[in-house]
Amino acid sequence: MIELLLFYVFAAVLLFAATMVITAKNPVHSALFLVLAFFNSAALWLMAEAEFLGIALVLIYVGAVMVLFLFVVMMLDINLVSMREGFARYLPIGALVGCVMVVEMALVVGSQDVNLIHGVSAAEGVGMSNTKALGSVLYTVYAYPFEIASVVLLVAIVAAIMLTHRRRPDTKHQNIDRQVRVRKEQRLRIVTMAPEKRK
Amino acid sequence: MVELSNYLVLGAILFSLGVAGIFLNRKNAIILLMSIELILLAVNFNFIAFSHYLADIQGQVFVFFILTVAAAESAIGLAILVVLFRNTNTINVGDLDSMKG
Repeated sequence: MIELLLFYVFAAVLLFAATMVITAKNPVHSALFLVLAFFNSAALWLMAEAEFLGIALVLIYVGAVMVLFLFVVMMLDINLVSMREGFARYLPIGALVGCVMVVEMALVVGSQDVNLIHGVSAAEGVGMSNTKALGSVLYTVYAYPFEIASVVLLVAIVAAIMLTHRRRPDTKHQNIDRQVRVRKEQRLRIVTMAPEKRK
Repeated sequence: MVELSNYLVLGAILFSLGVAGIFLNRKNAIILLMSIELILLAVNFNFIAFSHYLADIQGQVFVFFILTVAAAESAIGLAILVVLFRNTNTINVGDLDSMKG
């Protein structure tokens, strides 16, 4: 009973935060409401006994991705007024499409007999904690996808740095290629001069 | 007790909010990226709920990979956005019509 109450509280805050994300005037407020949405999602995932992913969501999304979002939002000087134009015009169609999708999906969920009440912990069946159970399949059955995930992250790092990196013409930097190729004659000048006479 | 349909309906509403966000904020590229995050979160909700109620850990493995790819996607997306702003001085999607598409 208390579990159901908690579910509804977290779900209500999550949906409120999600609504504010898409309707807030200021993108900074949107990003902060998205942080709130992620926190509530993490709480709901904890309730569904996905403990590792709940903590990972807070660490990765709130800690890294949303900070990146806030960074970019604050770094770019955005004209907020021109961004908002068309909001009122698209509000009816946006609301209509959203309502139609909710009704359709709710009908699908309601028509099927999907009311599995007995939530069973996936980890408990094998007598392990959630993190251990996740790790035991991640490093065995899903070893290759795990490696590919790391490659995806590496590609993301390389792509993000290559995209945003720029070489300004007025900054000083080493040209290692030219440094290595330098010849002795370019740097060293041997002068011959007559020896001084001692008196 | 919380039922499976509770999680599924919550995921459906969250997904629709994300889609509605794409419709409402079609000028602001940053809010578009945030809406995509909402949609991915809704999908993850379904995976977690089914993983819990069917007692199968593989749904959580999938969520793990989705989180990885989504983080990479938003990093590259924001990098593209920064480069875009540097070159055109705007992130208004309506102004990006140089290809006359």
